Amino acid sequence: MYNSLVIKEADTVATVIAPVKSGESIIYSIDGEEKSLTAWADIPIYHKAALRDIKKGEAVIKYGCKIGYALEDIKKGAHVHTQNLDSIMR
Amino acid sequence: MKFRGYRRPDGKIGIRNHVLILPCSLCASETARFIASQVPSAVYIPNQGGCAVSAADLEMTFKVLSGFAANPNVYGTVVIGNNCEGVQAHLLVERIKALTNKPVESVVIRDAGGTIKAVEKGVEYAMKMSMDASLCQREEADISELILATECGGSDPTSGLAANPTLGYVSDKLVALGGTSILSETTELMGTEDILAARCINDRVAADLLAMIKNNEEHFSLAGENIRDGNPSPGNKEGGLTTIEEKSLGCINKAGYSTINEVYGYGEQIDKKGLVVMDTPGQDIASIAAMVAGGAQIVIFTTGRGTPTGNGIVPVVKLTGNAETYGLMKDNIDFDASAVVAGKASIAETGEKLFELMLEVVNGRMSKAEALGFNDMSMARKCNFC
Repeated sequence: MYNSLVIKEADTVATVIAPVKSGESIIYSIDGEEKSLTAWADIPIYHKAALRDIKKGEAVIKYGCKIGYALEDIKKGAHVHTQNLDSIMR
Repeated sequence: MKFRGYRRPDGKIGIRNHVLILPCSLCASETARFIASQVPSAVYIPNQGGCAVSAADLEMTFKVLSGFAANPNVYGTVVIGNNCEGVQAHLLVERIKALTNKPVESVVIRDAGGTIKAVEKGVEYAMKMSMDASLCQREEADISELILATECGGSDPTSGLAANPTLGYVSDKLVALGGTSILSETTELMGTEDILAARCINDRVAADLLAMIKNNEEHFSLAGENIRDGNPSPGNKEGGLTTIEEKSLGCINKAGYSTINEVYGYGEQIDKKGLVVMDTPGQDIASIAAMVAGGAQIVIFTTGRGTPTGNGIVPVVKLTGNAETYGLMKDNIDFDASAVVAGKASIAETGEKLFELMLEVVNGRMSKAEALGFNDMSMARKCNFC
């Protein structure tokens, strides 16, 4: 059973559809293929987790598009939110 | 792919067969309602505007009212004027005739000798038109003649994850089949302008799209508002949205990922195929009104918290990705996309099912809002006190 969604294949974050505790698995599907990684932090429902390591300054991708850039190095499985992601628009 | 609809004398194809009772102004609206109450098969559109407005708003009102009459779901229209309003009945009839050769009649309350005589005349017209309309038969048409209006309202975290991508799938599929889909709600495009501009078919369309968003922001700034400030809201952030791009992307993916072929002003006639953008406000009902005036035959509406809305001229099909909302508002919401957020179905799977439902409704099945008789109406205004 999946507990997270990846909208487009190019996305570098998943959105969890159930609360995930640090150390638990984040399970999602891409083109019917099941994939998983380990959460590095507690991730509240509908919040985002990094699908791979993201370097400081690198764009973060969701819906196949840039939703902002990383304020610091983000580890795979980390919670991605206001502490490490900011808008490009400002 | 084919569907069955009503071929109009102007060549367009409707999926409903309404006679419209169309008041020119607020002052003619009650008389128009009396007429419609005597002819139950006719649709009455309440009109809050039509008088004492700025030149820009007067033009927008003409555009929307004549667009309603020209909408292919309408067989014919009975225009009801008072006499003194800005939207003069004879001018509205001229505007309608410039768009379509479908039946149109008009009654002016003062000229008829008051409301009672206007009702008599209006009922005569509406009755004859309804009986003529009843003779229309559905015939086969290509899906490329369908214009879908996409809309969202009462959004929650499931909207961007399930309902909107599901509708986006339908939008992309319709566009791939040669049809038309409309993305609207300019305020909700903020933050995605570069992404959308890059998706436009050429530089002119991209420039129009950027200008549309800039004008909208400037309009807000005249009223002392900065639309980007406070977006996403604290509640959005608590719900997991981090940036304005992310929030707006969740909204715009309801219209899919196709190339943007044109940008239209509020209520303008849609004359291009593929994905197009219309400049409308974030207020759902006023946004839908503009797309109906533009010629959309059907609306698909995504919601998180749930909404009962419906339109008198076109069917509104509603879906939600929130299982609780669907459970609470089953009589309002047509389609449950919550399997996506339960991890039980893919967006493509729910998208295929929604496409099937859309075709059923196009071919005549009532949406829930239609069955309940919903007829919401609101028109945007550029200027509130002039």
